[in-house]
Amino acid sequence: MHRFHSISVVISLFVFWLVLSGYFTPFLVTVGLVSSVLVVLFAHRMSVIDREGHPLELRAGVWSYWPWLVVEIVKSAWTVSKLIVHPRLPISPTMMRVKMSQTSAVGQVMYANSITLTPGTISVAIEGDEILVHALTQAGAEDLAGGEMDRRVSACEARA
Amino acid sequence: MSAAIDILSMILMGAGGVFCVIGAFGVLRMPGFYTRMHAASVIDTLGASLIIVGLLLQSGFTLASGKLLILWLLIFFCSPTASHSLANAAHRRGVTPWQPDQGAKSSSKN
Repeated sequence: MHRFHSISVVISLFVFWLVLSGYFTPFLVTVGLVSSVLVVLFAHRMSVIDREGHPLELRAGVWSYWPWLVVEIVKSAWTVSKLIVHPRLPISPTMMRVKMSQTSAVGQVMYANSITLTPGTISVAIEGDEILVHALTQAGAEDLAGGEMDRRVSACEARA
Repeated sequence: MSAAIDILSMILMGAGGVFCVIGAFGVLRMPGFYTRMHAASVIDTLGASLIIVGLLLQSGFTLASGKLLILWLLIFFCSPTASHSLANAAHRRGVTPWQPDQGAKSSSKN
């Protein structure tokens, strides 16, 4: 598993190199491959490479989670845009705590970042197994408290 | 066909620009610190995404599309992280959330 993980990091770095460089001459491709391998070797020696930085185990779950998240983002961005241009600015800001059911750090980061990414809610602080969330409207806060996002992130985490 | 794609990409980029302007308008219009941040998140999610999708239609299956996709991923990973640290820093410094009974000016003193 460890070796598989390192190889996957090398491949990711190499693909990143290829996309950014755009030159496919043998020399430059070789240089890219060698530097990807060297970066991973050095990172190993410095012990800065870990599963959290390259959470390969989430690869199965994200493909069902991301599309759902994109739809949620579009819906709430539309709601927030309507609030902004509304003449009376009908906002009802609330601070609240939501429970998170994720067990791993990666899952918790995924949930907190999803909350922040969705317009209208921001994760302000992590306190134990709760996230302090600032919501722009009462309705948005209730939506989040419903826990669908929490369930979906946990499901994505569970497929690892 | 290419004319249709051109028009579609123009519409998408135009809509993205509109959402960026709405977000900027919201940052100016919202009262208080946290509420302004909500307005800003419209810009880096919907605004940026629509512009990138519009540009993807322009570039087609080229290396430029790959770069645009990487850029998109970068925005979607970095912007919530930056927003969270900004909100967290404000929270730790004791910035109180704006409440509807407050005046529009009072929270800007924090």
